[in-house]
Amino acid sequence: MVKWSRFNIASIVFGFAFLYLPIVLLVIFSFNESKLVTVWAGFSTKWYAQLLHNQALLDAAWVTVRVGLISATVATVLGTLAALAMTRYTRFRGRMLFSGMIYAPLVMPEVITGLSMLLLFVAIGLDRGFWTLTLAHITFTMCFVAVVVQSRLLSFDRSIEEAAMDLGATPVATFLQVTLPVIAPAVFSGWVLAFTLSLDDLVISNFTSGPGATTLPMKIYSQVRLGVTPEINAVCTILIGIVAMGVLIASVVSRRREIQRVKDEQTAFAL
Amino acid sequence: MSKFGSAIFNRLVIIIPYAWLTIFFLAPFFIVLRISLSETAIAMPPYLPVFNLADGISGIADKLGELSVANYVFLAGDALYTNAYVSSLKIAVVSTIATLLIAYPIAYGMAKAPTTVRPTLLMLVILPFWTSFLIRVYAWIAILKPEGLLNQLLLTLGVIDEPLIILNTNWAIYIGIVYSYLPFMVLPIYSSLEKMDHSLTEAALDLGCTPIRAFWRVTFPLSLPGVIAGCMLVFIPAVGEFVIPDLLGGSETLMIGKTLWNEFNANRDWPVSAAVATILLLILVVPIMFFQHAQAKADGEGK
Repeated sequence: MVKWSRFNIASIVFGFAFLYLPIVLLVIFSFNESKLVTVWAGFSTKWYAQLLHNQALLDAAWVTVRVGLISATVATVLGTLAALAMTRYTRFRGRMLFSGMIYAPLVMPEVITGLSMLLLFVAIGLDRGFWTLTLAHITFTMCFVAVVVQSRLLSFDRSIEEAAMDLGATPVATFLQVTLPVIAPAVFSGWVLAFTLSLDDLVISNFTSGPGATTLPMKIYSQVRLGVTPEINAVCTILIGIVAMGVLIASVVSRRREIQRVKDEQTAFAL
Repeated sequence: MSKFGSAIFNRLVIIIPYAWLTIFFLAPFFIVLRISLSETAIAMPPYLPVFNLADGISGIADKLGELSVANYVFLAGDALYTNAYVSSLKIAVVSTIATLLIAYPIAYGMAKAPTTVRPTLLMLVILPFWTSFLIRVYAWIAILKPEGLLNQLLLTLGVIDEPLIILNTNWAIYIGIVYSYLPFMVLPIYSSLEKMDHSLTEAALDLGCTPIRAFWRVTFPLSLPGVIAGCMLVFIPAVGEFVIPDLLGGSETLMIGKTLWNEFNANRDWPVSAAVATILLLILVVPIMFFQHAQAKADGEGK
């Protein structure tokens, strides 16, 4: 009965064509000789060469990467702790509120999150700039990390933790030597997700950033409003390339770790 | 030591993320609420009253009296804002339904795919989600423009005689939302369909159900949790969407996310934008709680 009918295959093919065609077209036209983005005039990499001379764009890229690295790292620590709190301690005061604060940012319209964080920074007298931007990014990306790590922790075999504790390991040692190595692939994909979300964000960044801390999406946005140009296509293509590489590496790493883990478990049981 | 250390560790695991989210996510909403009750002023910060601990208790009490609901009265009286809320909700509902109609067959096809192909298909659905939202929306401008790729194709094929005007209309917004949020709808539906016990459908078929009836009586109800989660994941952010109406929509397009952005960035009216945000949040609080509840339940089942 489990048959892949023609209808199933057709809907998948059309679905993926719909998902990928716009991105593919954008990449193709970044190599267009002509200034017009919709008329093909031959292959050229001149728009990429021009990017190297666009200092404002390079500065923005540098800010974006720094914010991404710092915020993804802090968000991964906080998100992993949050995931532990959610899965390990089913009863504590204010747990409902806590889980609300984890899930709500996932769907909260960005204009609300951005505006509210900006008003907080103004209220406590923090100058808008690189650090407010980073704080905002940590806050909204940590919830995504928490959800990713949480789903791994739910399928986690806790008897190995109990074994470590019985053998006299402290909770911290147990976490670092037993739990963390097992959930590491999920923590790593959480980091990658946080990094790409930070790299990508426009609305929250625009609210929480200040002079001197313009990110790449903010720069792209201000140029897009003036019209579509092959130069933006080139920037976008590079970003897509970086993200695709990151996802590819992440999936290879996590698959390898998973295979290794299964092997280790089998060896352990065989002993 | 061990017991003591253990207690501290357990505490910290909860307290650190809890405190962070309370300060940076929850507290700001109260500040938004409070500023929405203020008046615009030419100052920095551009609103009045500004509370200052140096004023002492009586000073703060005086200033509390200065808070007013004038901004809400203003919003209610101005058709621009009410229309923006209504039109945002309408656009979000229509595009959520459209996304569901497109996503369901894809998720269904994926769940029916041979197990060896499934991880690859899953990866292919997730990949666009990692690509920049802004870039994916931007990509559609070149396609939908009057002299864009879609019109070129249709004109060459002879389907149309003159270019369709899609960009800067609500059609472009629908396309943009469906496109950008499609993976959010496909993934939860796929995961609920994948978990499903196929013997149930077989039983229905054996008992004489037609395949279509079996789908509506058995498969669809069982996939409902995924459908609901997907709809929430699309609907809630779509109501407050800014990038899509701004880049693909036209001047006549009213969406509240864009209104809020303009109020804040162009008009610099912080109290009014705070009031706009507060009302938007009130509209969304029920769907958000619904989403949280469904999500927590789904995670609980994983145990």
